[in-house]
Amino acid sequence: MSSPAPQETRPAGRPLSPFMIGPYYRPQLTSMLSIVHRLTGVGLSVGTVLLVGWLVALASGPWAYAAFATHVAAWYGQVLLLGWSWALLYHLCNGIRHLAWDLGYGYSIPAVYRSGYLMVACSLLLTAAAWGVAYVL
Amino acid sequence: MSSKSAASLRSPLGRARGYGSAKEGVQTYLAERISAVALVPLALWFVFSVAQLPMLSYPAVRHWAEAPSVAVMLSLFLAVLFYHSSLGVKVVVEDYVAGEGKKLVMLLFVKFAHAALAAAGIFAVLKIALGAP
Repeated sequence: MSSPAPQETRPAGRPLSPFMIGPYYRPQLTSMLSIVHRLTGVGLSVGTVLLVGWLVALASGPWAYAAFATHVAAWYGQVLLLGWSWALLYHLCNGIRHLAWDLGYGYSIPAVYRSGYLMVACSLLLTAAAWGVAYVL
Repeated sequence: MSSKSAASLRSPLGRARGYGSAKEGVQTYLAERISAVALVPLALWFVFSVAQLPMLSYPAVRHWAEAPSVAVMLSLFLAVLFYHSSLGVKVVVEDYVAGEGKKLVMLLFVKFAHAALAAAGIFAVLKIALGAP
């Protein structure tokens, strides 16, 4: 009658989430966008270290700021900044999509695909707009 | 009829122990979404404000950050950002880190790191704004 205690150790060969996509599940737009939402979320969280580093450098005076700005101006700094800005705007756009779902809208399969493509387009347009503002203005 | 069958699905022992829904979690669910709503204007403001700055010029960025309205917006952005981030990363750790010990250590690390970064960021913003001549 007694139910077994929850197992702390996994039996050998038992897969850990996420394991369905790839061997068992064809990658789809929906699942990929969902994974990218998590990846951008984690990436943005790691990126906050650099955001705080920028503010601390700004508060520490011109020399500290110049040291930080050199890395921002370098090619790897610009690549990181481009990635960070797109990740933020992707997470923002897909976040709005999630909020609409939370309110009960847009659950039909065509609507999910439509909002998915629209969201990706919006994130790219907003990123282009931000970099346009930065470089043109 | 339906209520009777629903009640019978629950084992007497489960009912006695008060099992069933966790009775908590709604707060966290709402907090994640409310902070997300707040971050929509805050993040857009941040991205497009910083994009307009000559990023490499210390005097220009400093002048921008010294304005009281900017300091308030930056503090709000950082506070909500780190709150939202800590809730999100917590879920990721709970989902993917196996083993209760490892999970607990990771959850503590994530919580402390978020608190430390939020404090450092907001302190830097206040130092700039309050130290302005």
